[in-house]
Amino acid sequence: MTAISERQQRGYIGAIAAEARVNVELETEGMTLNIGPQHPATHGTLRIIAKLDGEQVVSAEPVMGYMHRGYEKLVEVRTFPQVTTLINRIDWLGNFANEVPFILAAEQLMEIEAPARAQYIRTIFFELSRQANLMLFLGDMGVQLGAITAVFYAFRDREHVLNLMESVTGGRFHPNFDRIGGLKDDLPKGWVEECKGAMVKVRRFCDEIEELLMGNEIFETRTRGIGVIPAEVALGYGLSGANLRASGVDWDLRRDNDYPLAWKDADFKVWTHPDGDSFARYWVRLQEVRESTKIVDQLIENIPAGPIMAKVPRIIKVPAGEAWVSTENPLGEMGYYVVSKGDLGPFRVKIRTASFNNISIVPWVMRGVYVPDVITILASLYFILGDIDR
Amino acid sequence: MTFALELSYWQSTILRIVGVLVAVLIPAGTLVYVFLFKMMSHMQSRLGPMEAGPHGSLQLMAEVGKFLQKEDIVPTKADRTLFTLAPYLVVGTVLLVYLAVPFGPDAYFADLDTGVFYLLAVSSVSVIGVLVAGWASANKYSLMGGLRAAGQLIAYELPMVLAVVGVVIQAGSLNLQHIVSVQAHGEIFGWGGIGNPFILTQIVGFGIFLLATQAELTQTPFDMPIAESELVAGYMTEYSGMRFLLFFIGEFASAGAFAAVAATLFLGGWWLPGFGFDNNAMNIVGPLVMVGKMMFVAFLIFWFRFTYPRFREDQLQTLAWKYLIPLSLVNIMATAVLKVVF
Amino acid sequence: MSRLSSAETTTEEQPAPLVDAARDEMVAALATQLGDAVVESHVAPGRDAWVRVDLSAWDTAARVCREQLGLTYFCYLSAIDWLPSPFGRSEDDSAPTVAPSTDQLDHGVAGGATRFQLLARLVSPTTHLGINLKCDLPDDGLTAPTWSRIFPGADWNEREICEMFGITFAGHPHLVNIYLPGDFEGHPLRKDFPLLSRMVKPWPGLVDVEPMPGEPDEDEEATEAGDEE
Repeated sequence: MTAISERQQRGYIGAIAAEARVNVELETEGMTLNIGPQHPATHGTLRIIAKLDGEQVVSAEPVMGYMHRGYEKLVEVRTFPQVTTLINRIDWLGNFANEVPFILAAEQLMEIEAPARAQYIRTIFFELSRQANLMLFLGDMGVQLGAITAVFYAFRDREHVLNLMESVTGGRFHPNFDRIGGLKDDLPKGWVEECKGAMVKVRRFCDEIEELLMGNEIFETRTRGIGVIPAEVALGYGLSGANLRASGVDWDLRRDNDYPLAWKDADFKVWTHPDGDSFARYWVRLQEVRESTKIVDQLIENIPAGPIMAKVPRIIKVPAGEAWVSTENPLGEMGYYVVSKGDLGPFRVKIRTASFNNISIVPWVMRGVYVPDVITILASLYFILGDIDR
Repeated sequence: MTFALELSYWQSTILRIVGVLVAVLIPAGTLVYVFLFKMMSHMQSRLGPMEAGPHGSLQLMAEVGKFLQKEDIVPTKADRTLFTLAPYLVVGTVLLVYLAVPFGPDAYFADLDTGVFYLLAVSSVSVIGVLVAGWASANKYSLMGGLRAAGQLIAYELPMVLAVVGVVIQAGSLNLQHIVSVQAHGEIFGWGGIGNPFILTQIVGFGIFLLATQAELTQTPFDMPIAESELVAGYMTEYSGMRFLLFFIGEFASAGAFAAVAATLFLGGWWLPGFGFDNNAMNIVGPLVMVGKMMFVAFLIFWFRFTYPRFREDQLQTLAWKYLIPLSLVNIMATAVLKVVF
Repeated sequence: MSRLSSAETTTEEQPAPLVDAARDEMVAALATQLGDAVVESHVAPGRDAWVRVDLSAWDTAARVCREQLGLTYFCYLSAIDWLPSPFGRSEDDSAPTVAPSTDQLDHGVAGGATRFQLLARLVSPTTHLGINLKCDLPDDGLTAPTWSRIFPGADWNEREICEMFGITFAGHPHLVNIYLPGDFEGHPLRKDFPLLSRMVKPWPGLVDVEPMPGEPDEDEEATEAGDEE
C-alpha cells in the first residue's frame, strides 16, 4: 500500500480532533440544515441532511433516490441491444463510456470480439466522453468555490468534443452508438483531422484552467487539506477512479486490466497524488484530461483499416453465463455483472456505478468540516446524480 | 453657468434630493449593465443580453419590469415587519453615503466637516439591514448568511477605517471637499501638474481600502454571505419581486458609492488636472470626472469579483485580523512619521 | 510498448496460464482459510474467479479476503433472484408463463441451492485480481451478517439490497430505504414484483434489428417485414 503522506496524516488527525471537539466541548443546541434536494450545489437532486454546530458539520447524511429510475429492473425486460439506450443515461456526461462495459460483457459471453477498427474507435470515443465529462468538472469546481468564470470556459471548450461526438453518432449526450460486435457506423470523412484540432483545443483549455484556478491562492487555501481521504479508507468505501488515485493508489483499469480495447496500444501515464485532499482530486482529473487527449492523438493516427462490425447473428441471443466487466469511466470504476440465461435479454444486470460508492464516503469525510467545505468536498468527489441513483 | 449660486434654499434642497436619487439609481443601473451584463459576459466568452435594445442596453428595463410584476411573497413564519423593513434599510444606507460625496466645488449634497467620519459610520449601517433580513426570513440559509455578513463587516470595517486614517493624516482634514482640494493643489516634489492624488502616497492604503470595500460589499472573493453554491442566496434567499430588486439595487448602488468614496479619497475626486476650469465649469465637469473615476474603481471591484473563487469565513477573518489590520497600522505609522518629517 | 507509470504489476503482459495460477492460488487460499464453508468455486481462465460460501461464513469470508488475501477494494455487494420471471418479458406476443416453482432453479456460475443469492466482488488494488463471492440465502430466513464493519462501503449496498430484495442484514447500523420512499411496499428487484408500466402497456416487441453495416441487402427484406408490425 502506498505510504500515507504527511499532509494526509495531518488532515486525518484534524478531522478526528474536530469531531472530538464538537462532541465534547460544545454543548450548544445544534441546527439541522437540509442541503437539497433543490440546492445550487448539488447539481441534481441530492439531499444532504447536515447537523451543524455553528458552521461546523457534526454529521452529514446524504439522501438519494429522488431520481431513481430502476434501471436494474428495466434492463431485465429489454433485449441486449436495447439496453444501451437505457444505460446511456446513467452518467449522462460520460455517455458513451457507459455503453462500453456492458457491450464488452455481452461480447465476452457470446465469445465474439469486435474488429480492431471498431475497438480503436470505441477507445477514442471512450476517451472523448471522458474529456467531455471531466472538462465540465474542471469548470464546475470553480463555480462551487465561487469563481463563476471557469465554468463558462468549460462549457465553451466542451463544445468541441461534443461536436466531434455529434458528427459521428448524431447524439451529443446519448450517442447509443456501441453495438454488440462493433459499432453502428464508421467515422465520417474529415473527422480525423477535426478530432486532432479539437484535442489541441482541449489541451489549451487545460492550460487555461490550470492558470486560472489552480494557480490561484484562494483556490489552494480552499482545497488543500480539505476532505482528506486516506487510501485505506478510500478502498474500504470502494472509491474508484480519480478519487482513489488522488489518495495515492496507483490503479487505473485502463492500464491494469486486459481489455480488447485499444488502450494497450497507447502510451499514457497514470497520475496519482499522495495528498488525498480536494486539491489532489482536482489535480488528478486535470492531468487525466491531458492524458486522455494524448491517447486520442496516438490512437487516431493508427486506426486500422477493416470492418467495424463482426459477424453477429441478426437476432442476438447471448449464451447462458455470467460476466463481470468494468472499465475506468470518467467518474471511476463502472461495471456490469451480466447474468444471461441464453435468452434475448439479460436475466439480471447488476450495475456498479462509481458515484454511488464515491458518495457513500460523505458521512465519513464530512465530520467536523465547515459548511463551505461541504460544498468543496462534494464538488471534488464529483458525482453525477444519474450515476448515484441509476 | 451661475445657476448653482442663484437657487433659493428650497430649490436647491429639492435638486439635491432628486440628485441623490439619481446618483444612486444611475450608477447602480450603469454598473449592472456595463459590468454585470456586458463585461462579465465578455470575460466569460459570451455575449450577454443582446435582444432588448442595441446590445441589450434596455435589458435593465426588462429586468426591473419583471421584478415589479412578481408576486410579493413573505414566508409564513417570517417576521413580517422586519422582513419588509430590511431592504429599505439597505438602500437607505446607500443614499446616506452619497449624501456626503462631493461631485464638484459646489455640486455636493451636504458639505460635512466630519465627512469621512460620517461616511464610515453610515456605510456600516447596511449590515443591520442584512442582519435583519437574515433573521426575519425564518430560513436557516438566510440566518447563516446574515451572521456571516455581520462577522465579515465587523472584521473589515476596521482595516477600512485604518486605511482612511492615512489619507486623513496626510490631508489634515476630515472634510471631503478639503481632502479633494488638498489633492488638487498638492505638489509632487515641487511639480503640481496633476496635483497629488493620494493613491501615489497612500498606495498601501488604497489597496487595503479596496480589499475592505470588496468585503463590505460582499463581492467575491468575500461573498460568503451570499455564496450561492453554499447558502443558495444567503440573506436574500427568501426575497422576491420588489424587495429583491431593492437588495439588488442596494448591492450595486453601494458598489458605486464605495467606488465614489475611493475616488474621492485616493484619486482626487472631481478634480481634473490640466484644463484650468473655473469653479462653475467644474460644477458641470466635476460630476462627469467623478463618474469616470468611479467607473474605474468599480471596474477593479468587479474584475476581482468575476475572477476569484471565494474564501472561507475563517480564512477571511484570518486575512483581516492577521494581515490587513497590522499592515494598515504600519501604514498609519509611516504616514504620520513622514508627515512630521516633511 | 513502453509504460511510463510506476505500477510494477501489469497482468496483461503475463501469459494467460500465469494469471490462472494466481486466481487458483487465491481461491485455494480462501478455501484453506474457510475450510468447509467454501461450497463451490469456479475459475474462468484469464477472466475471473467465483467462490460460493456458506451463509455462516459470509462475514468471515469478507474478513479473510480483506485481511489475508489483500482484497481490500470493495467493489459492490448485490443479490440475485434466481426465480424465472412469472411475467415473461412482457412483450406483445409472450403470453404470461406459468407460475414458476422454486424447485428447479437454473443457477449460474458456481451453482446455487436457493432462490436468493448474495453476490459481491472484492478486488486487490495491488495485483488487480478480483473475486466474486456468492452466498445462498435460505428462503425462510433472508438474513445475512452485515459487512458494513469490514467494508464501510457495504453500508449503502446493504441498504439497497434490503429494499430491493427484502434481504436483511444482521448488525447493520441503519437499515432503512435508500432509494425508495419509506412507505414503499414490496421489493422491486424480486422477479415476482410486476413492472407496472409493462402491465399497463406491453412493450411493442423485439423487432428493432437494423441492417448490419456492410451487408444491407440480406437483411433489408426481413427488416422491412419486421418493421411493419
